[in-house]
Amino acid sequence: MRELLLCPPDYYGIEYEINPWMSRARGAQAELAQKQWEGLHATLSKLDCKVHLIAPQPGLPDMVFTANAGLTIGRKFIPSNFRHTERAGEQSFFVERMKQRGYEVRWLPENLYFEGEGDALFSGDVLFCGYKFRSDIQSHRAIADMLGCLVISVELVDPRFYHLDTCFCPLPDGGAFWFPMAFDEYGQRAIREHVIDLIDVSQEEATHFSCNAVVLERDIVLPEGAPQLVTRLHERGYRCHELPMSEFIKAGGACKCLVMFMPQRESVA
Amino acid sequence: MFSETIELRGHIIDSLILPKVLDQILTHGANFKIGEIKIGKRRADQSFARIEVSAKTSEALDELILRLRQHGAEVAEHADAQLAASPADGVFPRDFYVTTNQQTFVRFDGKEIEVRPAMMNSAIAVDRKRRAARAVKFFDVHKGDEIVVGHQGVRVVPVQRATSRTDLFQFINTIIDADEPKSAIIRELAGELRRAHAAKGKIAVVAGPAIVRTGASQHLVRLIESRYVDRFFAGNAFAAYDVERALFGTSLGVNPDLAFARGGHENHMRAVNAIREAGGIAAAVQKNILTSGIMHACVRHNVDIVLTGSIRDEGPIPGVTTDAIEAQKVMREKLADVTHALLLATIQHSLAVASMLAPSVKTVCVDIDPSAVERAVEHQPLQSIGLVTDVEPFLRELAGYLSDSRIRD
Repeated sequence: MRELLLCPPDYYGIEYEINPWMSRARGAQAELAQKQWEGLHATLSKLDCKVHLIAPQPGLPDMVFTANAGLTIGRKFIPSNFRHTERAGEQSFFVERMKQRGYEVRWLPENLYFEGEGDALFSGDVLFCGYKFRSDIQSHRAIADMLGCLVISVELVDPRFYHLDTCFCPLPDGGAFWFPMAFDEYGQRAIREHVIDLIDVSQEEATHFSCNAVVLERDIVLPEGAPQLVTRLHERGYRCHELPMSEFIKAGGACKCLVMFMPQRESVA
Repeated sequence: MFSETIELRGHIIDSLILPKVLDQILTHGANFKIGEIKIGKRRADQSFARIEVSAKTSEALDELILRLRQHGAEVAEHADAQLAASPADGVFPRDFYVTTNQQTFVRFDGKEIEVRPAMMNSAIAVDRKRRAARAVKFFDVHKGDEIVVGHQGVRVVPVQRATSRTDLFQFINTIIDADEPKSAIIRELAGELRRAHAAKGKIAVVAGPAIVRTGASQHLVRLIESRYVDRFFAGNAFAAYDVERALFGTSLGVNPDLAFARGGHENHMRAVNAIREAGGIAAAVQKNILTSGIMHACVRHNVDIVLTGSIRDEGPIPGVTTDAIEAQKVMREKLADVTHALLLATIQHSLAVASMLAPSVKTVCVDIDPSAVERAVEHQPLQSIGLVTDVEPFLRELAGYLSDSRIRD
């Protein structure tokens, strides 16, 4: 059974602006955010997985986005080195929590930015890693050294899709859905060469954070607002659970950003 | 060209990072040379590439490297140039690096700096504070100056020869012998000078007394009048013969217009005296004492005249630099921005100038002595043409093409 890490949104809010979605003038409604998060928690809890929580911390509003805590493979946890100082304080809490759960912590060199599962997603035996806005490509090499697997680095070019998990979502059957325009031409080619059966998401649906989905075998939990994508996923035999995520999209995150897999992979091939 | 070696590591083939980096180098107008490439054998193996990137300016290179770093490129470490202090004024440290006239860079504190000017047979002095490297001659070095020793950290960039189909100089190191046809080459040369003139290039003429003595002055005057001469280099003797011809009709006592007419061997002394009395060549032109000839044309058309002397000179004529070291300095200064040089019928002066030219300067050497042509062409191996011929027919034909408005490229 898959295990997930979530963080309740007790201190969540738009307190700074570090991506094009964030605007302090257009803050998130705390109550509605709480309700939406609970909806996600409840949906996931009903599916084939076990949900763990980490205690939220005052002054760290984005801690709710646990996907950016790090990357977990087997019993190893590679903590993130956040690019923005606003989020750097999250690291120690996530590391402590993962140690408590018995994970071996593997540090990246401090000078390499890396934002965890937000920028590192397995498709088959290939780890796709996004770079430029948040993670450095140099961190990908360090991860390849640590894990000994094929790491494909893809450049993200649209600041609205600043993490890989905002525009690329691998599926267990080897396919994926994605918003191609978020990648440069080489990144698009690299993905096309390594992923079979790609489902292109339209710009309109991509801006509803449709690619930011939690995939648990045949169940896909994604933000509402992507009828075309949902139809295509249904055709492939997936069950889609569409959730309102408006208050988190205001911070540039949705379902997947709110979840970290523990681990994302048991082992690398 | 400025260059830097970068290294790429990781899954650069599957991620298409290697082709992306190479494409970016080319789309930014730079070039690359792959020094080493190791491709991982198994799927999870990482690959490695070492690439030399070169760009036209240091700024363009820096900007490009900054971009490439975003894609994981790392600048390879290189050794700095070794420096040693000069032991005394006018003496270089032993094992000092001897320059060529090619563009040269020295690495210092991990970054390359260009040696200026690109000057042959010099040492390289490095000024750490100003991060500058300059080529220095013996007279220019002082005790304690830091000089590059050995070859480490020194990079020489040979001039890329012209590849344009229409460029006369694509036939490198060409010498046209006395018994070969020259008209076609001279016509091509006229086209080249026209283009140089239009592109605001600087044309230097180095002239020997044979021009005056063979009666070719009038053709050179036409070139000057048509603005095809920007700098004029000659010796004291040339000026003396030219003035003698203007004042008395003879040069070293011979009137080139009259067959077998001799006499008036003292004329050149009187000519020198007249110029000394007038206070110099420009003054003689202003006072209407000197009213024709090459010197006159240069003054009238604001051509920079650089006259230097030698031991057997009479006079000298005022304005002639007689100190040899001083003369080298002046000549170097006046040659710095020259793009084309015509070395006409003067072996010593031609060799002196050729040794000071940047390697990119397109050079034509004309002399009746094949060995003189050969030696001058050797100094400019990438951009020179030699013609073994009497200078008079050469200049007559060249001036004819250049003053004929019907001939256009």
